[in-house]
Amino acid sequence: MKPTDPAIVWLEEKPLGLAERLYLPLFVQGLTTTARHLVSPKVTVSFPEERPRVGNPLIYRGVHRLNKDAQGRVQCVACFLCATACPAHCIDIVAAESPWPDREKYPESFQIDELRCIFCGMCEEACPVDAIELTSLLDLTGRSREEMIFDKEKLLSVYDMTKDAEPMSSAGLSGGSAHAHAGPQVSGSQGGAP
Amino acid sequence: MPQVIVDGQEIEIGAHERLNCIEAARRAGKEIPHYCWHPGLSVVASCRMCLIETGQRDAATGRIAMVPKLVPGCQTPVKDGTVIVTESALVKESRARVEEALLIDHPIDCPICDKAGECLLQDYHFEHGQPQRRADLQPFHSRRRDVGPTVTLFVDRCIMCTRCVRFTREVSGTGELMVTSRGAKEEIDSFPGFPLDNKLAGHVVDLCPVGALGDRDFLYQQRVWFLKHEANVCGGCATGCSIITEHNQDTVYRLKPRENPHVNKWWMCDEGRYGWHHLHDPARLLSAERRTAPDRSGAAWQTIDWPEVVDRLRSDLAAAGGLAVAVSPMLTVEEAWMLCAVARSIDPAAFLAVGHVPRQGSDETFPGGFTIRAEKCPNRHGVEAVLALFDPAVPGWDDLLAHVRGGRARSAWVTAGYPAPWPAPWIDADTAAAFAGLSCLVVQDLFPSALSDQATWRLPAVGFAERAGTWVNAGHRAQCFEQAIRPPAGVWPEGRLLWNMLGRRGLYDPVAVRRQIAGAAASLAALDGDVPATGIDLRILQLASNGTPSPA
Ligand code: SF4
Ligand code: SF4
Ligand code: SF4
Ligand code: FES
Repeated sequence: MKPTDPAIVWLEEKPLGLAERLYLPLFVQGLTTTARHLVSPKVTVSFPEERPRVGNPLIYRGVHRLNKDAQGRVQCVACFLCATACPAHCIDIVAAESPWPDREKYPESFQIDELRCIFCGMCEEACPVDAIELTSLLDLTGRSREEMIFDKEKLLSVYDMTKDAEPMSSAGLSGGSAHAHAGPQVSGSQGGAP
Repeated sequence: MPQVIVDGQEIEIGAHERLNCIEAARRAGKEIPHYCWHPGLSVVASCRMCLIETGQRDAATGRIAMVPKLVPGCQTPVKDGTVIVTESALVKESRARVEEALLIDHPIDCPICDKAGECLLQDYHFEHGQPQRRADLQPFHSRRRDVGPTVTLFVDRCIMCTRCVRFTREVSGTGELMVTSRGAKEEIDSFPGFPLDNKLAGHVVDLCPVGALGDRDFLYQQRVWFLKHEANVCGGCATGCSIITEHNQDTVYRLKPRENPHVNKWWMCDEGRYGWHHLHDPARLLSAERRTAPDRSGAAWQTIDWPEVVDRLRSDLAAAGGLAVAVSPMLTVEEAWMLCAVARSIDPAAFLAVGHVPRQGSDETFPGGFTIRAEKCPNRHGVEAVLALFDPAVPGWDDLLAHVRGGRARSAWVTAGYPAPWPAPWIDADTAAAFAGLSCLVVQDLFPSALSDQATWRLPAVGFAERAGTWVNAGHRAQCFEQAIRPPAGVWPEGRLLWNMLGRRGLYDPVAVRRQIAGAAASLAALDGDVPATGIDLRILQLASNGTPSPA
């Protein structure tokens, strides 16, 4: 999209009114928030004895997984777009010609340094085939730095672990219909009219 | 001077210049999009992307008469009074339609296409295309087939510009590629039994404006937007093609020719194009080592830290005396000069000679005018010009061998740095045996050889993309270049070692050395000041300075 595109709406920040410039009303507003939290129900949980409740697992940003297609092959086409989008430079891909006749390119190796990752979800946004997704797994532990570099096999196994609880958001691309119900839920929330 | 009017802007062109509308518009800062036209190939005007409006201004009345139809800018020459309109609504509409037609059956597989990021179809679509796709065709995968040992064709990505076909007919003169079928079924293919296998074949990939032709050496290795670019010079032969080294994280991924009308025009040979793999060969010498057993029989080497090398190398050579030095034609002018200066400071009577000059076959000129030289080193002329400052006789490698065999040397310093993938090692055991009797032998090379087996000191050299400096090619054209990648850990480039051995402070600065040489030698005076990216011909200034006393 070019900056001159008519579809872009450019917003200006509103100038400060008298109440904002007086400081006192905002001060009272802030204190009210603090006071409200003093009396409202507690949300802190004692992890790990108690598991936090994940609101919508489909949009939670936890450990990555690499999705599989209908034939159980890695869905990723090794386009490097996730690695390009990743602000933490933690994705390392080695691409190669795919061993399957219907696909051109596949990741020979795919590594994510989970310690470097900032769980921003940019990789998921960038992926053109919805191959990489962030799951709702949040207790990510390991004994060494090496252990925290997840390779292709590990990322694919995360998919096997989570595929039932968190179906792929775009079943159409995988060719399977089993997860079709998940599609509209997620994409529907993004397609609002301006 | 003829005047051309580009979008209302008057520009002057040379009286005898033959430009087309694309070139004339470029002078006015206007880019006319084009696929099939390439300055090095014949004009076919088949893609229609360059359609523009033109007209003619009447010199007497100043009235402008426009041509009623759009014309291809690539095929329309300009003359005095030519009017070019590149931005009118009609032109824009035409470009959008051409883009739409090209994309109707194009597999939009940009994420897996190696050209993405440097693809003209992408760029022009973004710039000139329309945002919506009206044809409702399913994207499909591109069929692929190998048209030669190095090049793969992705059949459905092709936009039939025929640049590749014209290249094999006009520049390489081998004509392996052709267009099969007609109309919407047109495809590129190689003639049966004649795969695309010539010494310039890699070019078709550069010429292809889309991702239809893929270089198997680079395919899938890296996305192009990760690559950094450095203007370099190819070290493969004495032609010294201007190139661009494309690298990322100190790894070279590919080389591309850089346009230089005085040297290689738009081309380079495949030997040079793929001639960077030796840089990342694990067999390279990676540290400065000194033999522990003085009799050179044992293979025990001790790694010496570089700051220590600076002192001990000098004291070892000074102790042995009778120094003979081979100045490799792979070194830059700056390094050659510093090497001579260091050698003469160790032994004022040091014998300085041009190192081994590798040759293979004979010069080969292609129909497009491109020449691959038999002399497989980039800087013989430069090294000779430097040596002439120290010894007007400019002895060669054979003279050095005779000197050593004649027992007139007690120590030698042989710089080499020849890339490995030659048919044979650059030095054989018999020649190396000539150096066996010396009390100190320093060998500086990329790879172990029969000579380094004899050495007292075994120093690593660096490859072309790892050095900075000046090379002088077979046509006496000096080209300066920067270092593209860092050498492997633990390797000091020759320049850095010599700079430190000369006792100079700070980082090695080739420009300072170049200025110093230019000030000291009339034959190299042209190197003073900024050398343009296309290089400078040393002979022109040499002729001009003939008769004036040398400032040295
Ligand atoms: S979540 Fe963000 S930081 Fe983590 S891998 Fe994806 S893009 Fe990189
Ligand atoms: S963006 Fe998606 S398809 Fe592309 S490399 Fe990353 S995971 Fe694979
Ligand atoms: S393969 Fe590339 S260069 Fe050859 S005709 Fe097709 S688009 Fe043009
Ligand atoms: S560039 Fe002019 S028609 Fe193709």
